[in-house]
Amino acid sequence: MSGVGSTEPPKSVGAGFADGGAGKSAAAAVTMTGLTKTFAKGGTTALQEIDLELQPGEFVSLIGPSGCGKSTLLRIIGDLVEPTRGTVLVGGKSAHQARLDRDYGMVFQEAVLYDWRTVAKNIALPLELAGWDRSRRTDRVKEMVELVELAGFEGHHPWQLSGGMQMRVAIARALSFDPKLLLMDEPFGALDEMTRERLNLELLRIWEASRSTVVFVTHSITEAVFLSTRVVVMSPRPGRVAGVVEIDLPHPRTADTREEPRYFELATQLRELLRGRTAEAVH
Amino acid sequence: MSSVVVANPGRSLARGFGRGARDWIPAVVVLVATLVGWELAIEVFDIQRFLLPKPTAIADRFWAERETLWAAGWFTFQEALWGFAAGCSAAIAAALLLARFRPLGTALMPYFIAANAVPIIAFAPIAVAWFGIDKGSKIAISAVLCFFPVLVNTLKGLTSVNPAQIELMRSYAAGNVQIFRRVRIPASLPYLFASLKVASVLAMIGAIVGEYFGGSLTSLGIQIKSAAALFNFETAWAAIFVACILGISFYLAIALLERLAMRWHPSTRGAQT
Repeated sequence: MSGVGSTEPPKSVGAGFADGGAGKSAAAAVTMTGLTKTFAKGGTTALQEIDLELQPGEFVSLIGPSGCGKSTLLRIIGDLVEPTRGTVLVGGKSAHQARLDRDYGMVFQEAVLYDWRTVAKNIALPLELAGWDRSRRTDRVKEMVELVELAGFEGHHPWQLSGGMQMRVAIARALSFDPKLLLMDEPFGALDEMTRERLNLELLRIWEASRSTVVFVTHSITEAVFLSTRVVVMSPRPGRVAGVVEIDLPHPRTADTREEPRYFELATQLRELLRGRTAEAVH
Repeated sequence: MSSVVVANPGRSLARGFGRGARDWIPAVVVLVATLVGWELAIEVFDIQRFLLPKPTAIADRFWAERETLWAAGWFTFQEALWGFAAGCSAAIAAALLLARFRPLGTALMPYFIAANAVPIIAFAPIAVAWFGIDKGSKIAISAVLCFFPVLVNTLKGLTSVNPAQIELMRSYAAGNVQIFRRVRIPASLPYLFASLKVASVLAMIGAIVGEYFGGSLTSLGIQIKSAAALFNFETAWAAIFVACILGISFYLAIALLERLAMRWHPSTRGAQT
């Protein structure tokens, strides 16, 4: 099993910070050291000793069975949950400072749109909070609406949109203020397979255009392979990193990528890693 | 000119009422049939007028005494309106405060729910002793009647927001005030308006029942009470009719306000996805 346990940064993908010879961890997009999370209720250990480093411009998926703590890990990076032990540095800052600096664009499993706001106003919400003036907001919203191909729907309210369209609004909103880090928690989990594959392609296109760092939580092996530059496989109870797999499929990826032999090899590799570790954890 | 086919979402209000016209026809038929049936039943079964006067007799009396009745109606309506305004604004302020300081809200909530179940109208005679025989006591009863349902509902609306909507705001580094302004308050509007509609009815009840325990001669409660005491049942019924008209208008005014405030809500648009 090549690639297992590897933490090398990927070649060619990172946009890179102008770090002028600073240490590796200062340039890292996210550095997690000894992250442990124990929930007071029942004393469950959701995460145990997680050490991970993400480079700028990487697309990293966290995959694992339910209860492996992948969503909790994402929420700790985003400073929505406090770790019991360990530290997270985001671009050299604490996660808390990074949140206050609006470094995070978050997308959840549900689109979480604000029903009383139109599509345009949902996308503009983070911009309003960041104090952008109206004309700048209008320009950016127009740009984002075009990016996620929702032109003509600016004045619609969330309930007038399909699930896939709602998710595109959520993605546009998360990207609108150019966050350094895009945190996505199973964003396509609730969508049908066809919509999901289409949005996978769109997300890759957007990622390649925006060059942001993405942390993507998913249940789906094929989705993880298709999207990522690196996949972190997690095992449950307690949540641990079972292995890291480099996804060396070339960019840009297209619908044809899903038919390449290497794509199936990588999917098989992930599947075995997931199965092996899960079986081991059951004993 | 068709009032039904309107595609422009900006015209949702017009469409709502336009479509209403067709939906109302069955209801109008029921009303007319009820009135005719009422009139005929009194003739056929020879019902005594102190039990139930004829609609035509009530209409005659209403017309003859319309000035006194409307003056009384306006007087009572003002009491209801002031009670409504005082009770609802106090309730909204309290709800905002309790939603902001959750432990306080959690501690007091059981008592508010209990208070909401108390027949506050039973305090009406005591309110006269506390606030005087004039408008004050009626306004106080209306205000207290409005207070608890609006408080309980608004607090529920402010606090039962989808947690992910709050998490998302936090991820944008939004503070508590911003979360209130942009998420909690808009999310609570459906709850708030549902309770305001209930309160509009309660305010009228409070004012009229308050008047039964004494008050100005130009008030609906006194008109109804004294007319009934004098066997002047047509006048009593005409006064009740005025109370109904005012109560329904008040309710509809709040419902219209709701539509204006929540144009975004599917219920105000005749959902069509």
